[in-house]
Amino acid sequence: MSAPAKAKTIKGETGDWEIVIGMEVHAQVLSESKLFSGASTRFGADPNSQVSFVDAGFPGMLPVINEKCVEQAVRTGLGLKAQINMSSIFDRKNYFYPDLPQGYQISQYKNPIVGEGEVLIDLKDGETIPVGIERLHLEQDAGKSLHDQHPDSSYVDLNRSGIALMEIVTKPHMRSSEEAAAFLKKLRAIVRYLGTCDGNMDEGSMRADVNVSVCKIGGYEEFRRTGSFKTLGTRCEIKNVNSMRFIAQAVEYEARRQVDLIEGGGTVVQETRLFDSRAGETRSMRSKEEAHDYRYFPDPDLLPLELDPAWVEAIRASLPELPDEKKARFMALGLSAYDAAVLVSERETADYFEAMLAAGAEAKAAVNWLNNEYFGRLNKAGLAINDGPVSAKANADIVAMVAEGLISGKIAKDVLDIEWETRTGDPRAAIVEARGMKQVTDTGAIDAAIEAVIAANPDKVEEVKAKPKLAGWFVGQVMKQTGGKANPAAVNAALKVRLNLPDEG
Amino acid sequence: MAASNDLISMTLAQARDALRDGKVSSRELTGAFVSAIEAAKPLNAFITESGEQALKMADASDQRIAKGEGGALEGLPLAIKDLFCTRGTRTTAASKILGEFVPPYESTVTQNLWDAGAVMLGKTNLDEFAMGSSNETSFFGPVFNPWRANDSNANLVPGGSSGGSAAAVAADLCLAATGTDTGGSIRQPAAVTGRVGLKPTYGRCSRFGIVAFASSLDQAGPMTKTVRDAAIMLKTMASVDAKDSTSADLAVPDYEQLMEGSIKGLRVGIPKEYRIDGVPAEIDALWTRGADWLKAQGAEIVEVSLPHTKYALPTYYIVAPAEASSNLARYDGVRFGYRAADPKDITDLYERSRGEGFGAEVQRRVLIGTYVLSAGYYDAYYAKAQKLRTLIARDFTSAFDQCDVLLTPATPGPAFAIGSKTADPLEMYLNDVFTVTVNLAGLPGIAVPAGLTANGLPLGLQLIGKAFDEGTLLRAARAVEEAADFKHSPAKWWSV
Repeated sequence: MSAPAKAKTIKGETGDWEIVIGMEVHAQVLSESKLFSGASTRFGADPNSQVSFVDAGFPGMLPVINEKCVEQAVRTGLGLKAQINMSSIFDRKNYFYPDLPQGYQISQYKNPIVGEGEVLIDLKDGETIPVGIERLHLEQDAGKSLHDQHPDSSYVDLNRSGIALMEIVTKPHMRSSEEAAAFLKKLRAIVRYLGTCDGNMDEGSMRADVNVSVCKIGGYEEFRRTGSFKTLGTRCEIKNVNSMRFIAQAVEYEARRQVDLIEGGGTVVQETRLFDSRAGETRSMRSKEEAHDYRYFPDPDLLPLELDPAWVEAIRASLPELPDEKKARFMALGLSAYDAAVLVSERETADYFEAMLAAGAEAKAAVNWLNNEYFGRLNKAGLAINDGPVSAKANADIVAMVAEGLISGKIAKDVLDIEWETRTGDPRAAIVEARGMKQVTDTGAIDAAIEAVIAANPDKVEEVKAKPKLAGWFVGQVMKQTGGKANPAAVNAALKVRLNLPDEG
Repeated sequence: MAASNDLISMTLAQARDALRDGKVSSRELTGAFVSAIEAAKPLNAFITESGEQALKMADASDQRIAKGEGGALEGLPLAIKDLFCTRGTRTTAASKILGEFVPPYESTVTQNLWDAGAVMLGKTNLDEFAMGSSNETSFFGPVFNPWRANDSNANLVPGGSSGGSAAAVAADLCLAATGTDTGGSIRQPAAVTGRVGLKPTYGRCSRFGIVAFASSLDQAGPMTKTVRDAAIMLKTMASVDAKDSTSADLAVPDYEQLMEGSIKGLRVGIPKEYRIDGVPAEIDALWTRGADWLKAQGAEIVEVSLPHTKYALPTYYIVAPAEASSNLARYDGVRFGYRAADPKDITDLYERSRGEGFGAEVQRRVLIGTYVLSAGYYDAYYAKAQKLRTLIARDFTSAFDQCDVLLTPATPGPAFAIGSKTADPLEMYLNDVFTVTVNLAGLPGIAVPAGLTANGLPLGLQLIGKAFDEGTLLRAARAVEEAADFKHSPAKWWSV
């Protein structure tokens, strides 16, 4: 079920305030070459080693659109359940900067390739909330200025110049820093599922600008009802928010700053602010008045981008199963909304889980095992799911052995630890048999353990006869005696006979 | 071996046949032009002469010809407007800001020429970044028109912006030359130097490697002695080029063949709006004579209307500077070309490199272009100009329902004296009144020499064709050429 976002209110001196958030995300298109040139897009190459004359803005050079980048934008648009515009236009955004060799960025201004769409974000309580997508357009990335290479000179690296970016703009539909982070997480999952962006925020291939405003309680509802921005506050755009954690920090700081400013008699001015992750605060970068006049106009070097509907349909037909669909399928297997959302949030995790199912694990038991045991170990070791030492089949085997009553939950944990170290890939055969960990259902061994416990604890025997519910204590002691190898059900049955306990039904 | 003067006064077609028949070698031919260029320094037609390289290319051509190989232009010496990037040869766009820029790449048009065996004599002078109608805005100084009035020794402009190419063709300094035409820069200089200038349909010749002025209007084309030569040149210059997204994906026909034949039944439109005030009577008279020539050869003359003609110049002087202001942003002193000395910071580097590197006319157009695109003015200027451009193009479409080609004057007057129009930019801009409409509509146009003024200066007529119908256009141009029988050449006053 999806419901409109719930406001997270901020207490002010004059009453409660609501936060309203919109985002602009720059996602680097996964492609071999740049948006308008044949230069490579590989990350981490030597400075200026992946620069064509087009990227460097040499005289007489002309841009030629890379069809792969267009395909990736369309694929992303389809993944965002958005309208694909069959005709779109590339514009020039003019400004001077040393890392912008042409003196303009080729972007899409009035006619983007993708229009309105929607992303469902998954919240902690399992609830989902729709966030409207305003548009997605293609544009060139700029180069990179390097100010720390020389005491009194700056250098420019143009490797990034001309790489294709998708700018994805949301509607102001988020109401808390948690929702903003959840949106970015979901968007990242979608583009990763689609294979259109690697989503690596630390390499800069996904960057977010966050628009934050505050309004009095009710202002947002009014905006949603009327579509008029009048009841919303003035927004500030926070640039350079490069991790999930920073988004939360930046939003919290900025919303509080705006509330304090307004309540102190000031007004929020529309401006661009920079998030300083070290100080944990936002600082003014430039005001609306100082904003560039970009002098957009259609790029005369490029024809309007016309898409063939059949081509778009072919892309649609080739889309993989996306997180929401996968989540629904997992929920149909009996998983909770929350568990399903956690599994699908990374494609690799979902794939791992599905590999466990394929290897015979039961869905609910598998997700519990992953959540309670395996994910924790991975986190502690700082490993991604695909880098972990235990294969999906091995984990599935362990879960299955528990289900079969072959090993106890406690032994299962030991088996996991051993498998983690030894990586046999076959815990069933390799570990249980070899190390004698198969659960003891040998009644002789169990009876011997029971006798030993009774002999050592005559007082407890009297107590349990009066209060049969204390039998659990005896079970625990017997398990201890057998080193955890005894089958708890067999121990229970033997105890009942030996102590003459009534059946509890 | 023929006398040097006979060699350099050949047409491209004659030289091609002479080379093919072994009557002359490319080295002889090229050598004659190299000498002629040396003797013609007073004209200032070239910015960079590449005689040594030309002779090497000529030798290579002679070897290919000897083996019975060779392309369509094998061994034929040409001059290249210095707006085409040439690998290893300095390319200036006649601007200080490009400094000693030597491109590590070749423009598609010139590559096509070299692939066909042509020989490069050098890079010709032009208005800075092709912005001008008189070749007076060049950082390398003005070009003098080889023609002088028979009643004066005053130096005249060769037109612009392809003034160096026009002068080189008229003064027999090359067999043919390349030009570029954004608002008339091939046709106007060809007309005032008594030679042929063809601006092809937008998209016919690749713009790759041509220093951009106004991308939606720029188009390369040939400047030649005859209409046949223009057809020969265009066949090689034109191509379908994946490196230019606006290049037309249409096969290049054999224009020399399409040029042949009668114009019987051809409908020639006379746009009434081109009869404008202030144009000398001899221009009008020439226009009428041109129509009569075509009629005499069996064409049907029809009066047509291009109602938005009067908006063409203002539209052009919004669209072209707007695009130029953006195209010229890359000249910032950071990566190549001229850089101001000892900049204080990045802003100072930009401001002084551009302030010192661009001439006055270029700065004027960059300012106009920046203004018409800025917030609050875009709708009033650029957006409106784009609408007018559509209307102007529509005018032509309607006119071509009634006719196959249009006949107009090429220029509002003959070549004028150096310095006589530099004080008033608007008066200078009026030189393009008959030519800019064609660029705005993306159509092909050709200037053909048609007569002399009373004091002996050449005048041209312009023919305008349907998009990608250069064949018909050339056929009509040939009819004008034959009827005009223009055999005049300037007296070679510069080499005495």
